[in-house]
Amino acid sequence: MNVSNLQPNSEINAKILISEANEHKDESYVKMVLRRFLKHRLAVVSAVGLVLISLVALFAPFLAPYDPYAVTGAFGAGPSAQHFLGTDLVSRDALSRLIYAARVSLQVGVGAVAISSVIGTILGLISGYAGGKVDTVIMRIVDVFMSFPHLMLILVVVSIVGSSLTNLILILGLLNWTGMARIVRGSVLSIKQLDYVKASIALGFSTPRILFKHILPNVLAPILVHATFGIANAIMVEAALSFLGLGVQPPTASWGNMLTEAQSMTVLTSQPWLWVPAGVMIVLTVLAVNFIGDGLRDALDPKSIK
Amino acid sequence: MLTYIIRRIIIAIPILFGVTILNFLIINLAPGSPVDIMIDPNLPPEALEAQKEALGLNDPFYIQYWTWLLNLFQGNLGYSLVTFQPVIDIISERLGPTILLMLSALIFGLLIAIPLGILSAIKQNSVIDYLATGGAFMGVSIPNFFLGLGLIYVFSLQLGVLPSGGMHTIGAESSFWDTALHFVLPVIVLATAIAGKKIRYVRSSMIETLGQDYLRTARAKGLKETIVVNKHALRNALIPIITVIGLEIPLLFAGAVVTEQIFSWPGIGQLTISSIMSRDYTTLMGLNLIAAFIVLFSNLITDIAYTIVDPRIKFQ
Repeated sequence: MNVSNLQPNSEINAKILISEANEHKDESYVKMVLRRFLKHRLAVVSAVGLVLISLVALFAPFLAPYDPYAVTGAFGAGPSAQHFLGTDLVSRDALSRLIYAARVSLQVGVGAVAISSVIGTILGLISGYAGGKVDTVIMRIVDVFMSFPHLMLILVVVSIVGSSLTNLILILGLLNWTGMARIVRGSVLSIKQLDYVKASIALGFSTPRILFKHILPNVLAPILVHATFGIANAIMVEAALSFLGLGVQPPTASWGNMLTEAQSMTVLTSQPWLWVPAGVMIVLTVLAVNFIGDGLRDALDPKSIK
Repeated sequence: MLTYIIRRIIIAIPILFGVTILNFLIINLAPGSPVDIMIDPNLPPEALEAQKEALGLNDPFYIQYWTWLLNLFQGNLGYSLVTFQPVIDIISERLGPTILLMLSALIFGLLIAIPLGILSAIKQNSVIDYLATGGAFMGVSIPNFFLGLGLIYVFSLQLGVLPSGGMHTIGAESSFWDTALHFVLPVIVLATAIAGKKIRYVRSSMIETLGQDYLRTARAKGLKETIVVNKHALRNALIPIITVIGLEIPLLFAGAVVTEQIFSWPGIGQLTISSIMSRDYTTLMGLNLIAAFIVLFSNLITDIAYTIVDPRIKFQ
């Protein structure tokens, strides 16, 4: 809209102007973050790579040359024109399984982090804003959860409740919110001292409104960064659990359980095509997510100039 | 100072209780009561019921917890559901190898991370900096089991220079050299993750210190750059690193579970996996409890150490 055409005294137009200015301000913040992110070359390459992996996972049925569960007849055969990555010990096509396994890793990564982010954010907001006894109790609970070595606690719970994909996502999400709670609490502690929050309290806004509409948007940056690194962590934990035979169960393919076979010396020495590609995929995916997290952190850091 | 330490210990007590409560809750999630496993299934139901009553399994939850807690303070973690040995004996037998492995990995990881982190901070955007940062990302992104399998493949199977598992060569007379060789691969696996995390931490801590005013003063009075870096910057940059060493202990335990499994290391990580396989829940919860105690204790030590090395800390 052309500003010069506006009648300066019209109240409505003034409102439009303000809202447009806000819109522009929002847009420029997003643009600024994007511009900074694009400067982090490794993060950009990683983002492209991760999009590719996600597309492969999404279109797995069209891309996989074989049914990942179908037995083809050749047991543990090496790479060939029919099977680019050979076949596994049950004679299923390794490439097809590798492609389908991407679904598991991404689902666990995103699903678990979504759950833990919601829990951690809400508890962190409450803890930081309420302060006093509520804060002490929530933080002591965080301390208790953090005292247990993560993987060990997860292993025990998984062995008790069983290890379906849904269970894995739930367990990883429910046991992993502590870091997020601490980060959100820390940010809230400094934000609640700001004048605009005091103004909202003076205006008589309800606490949930202040928490979710006024404080939350200003804590989103650290939440986003922490969640990104959380995805990398969740993918690693799922892979470790599946590798140990306690995560995603065969016949469902996961990169972790594809490496389980390599615990046998014959597979390890003479059939590297069975375990190397799955390991490489984990490394690439986790590396990509970590680089994106690093890029986001740089781009969202208010302290960095430019 | 003393009051700070006492206050710090007082804060740890409710956490300790929380740990035991969570632990007890999880044991009770486990399917089947211990009686079902330990007692002859051909027993008539009335006799079974009488046994449960005698063992206190029909008591309300909080009484069961209290009994369990009292036993705990006497060092009684219950009995293994599989071997019927006291859990505390099984664990203490296995604790030594794990702690030895974890400590070696921690020291080795820091020996890599501190010099590399400092070098990349001093020479920002140099080749060393890029290599160190890239290596750090690689270190945190490679799953320990994949790295472990890769190392076994290269060094044990292809080159044949290092043993692929265990703590000693089976059948051979145990010597220091033999044990040391067995340490190499598992320690590398565990240290990689630690070094990966710490390189970046040391780097940013050092960069922050290098920007401080007192370093400008040191340079202004004409000190050599090496003295400025080694004497003035390094000491202060290392202080925050002490605080995060304590945070590595839970990570080391988690790493030990997978690493010990791959390298057949006779520690509590391997015990964890075998207990899960045999559904030995009492041993499992004993393991978790001991691990949580060690974590709590190391956090306490770290906090106290921090106040000793950094006198600027205020004791409110």
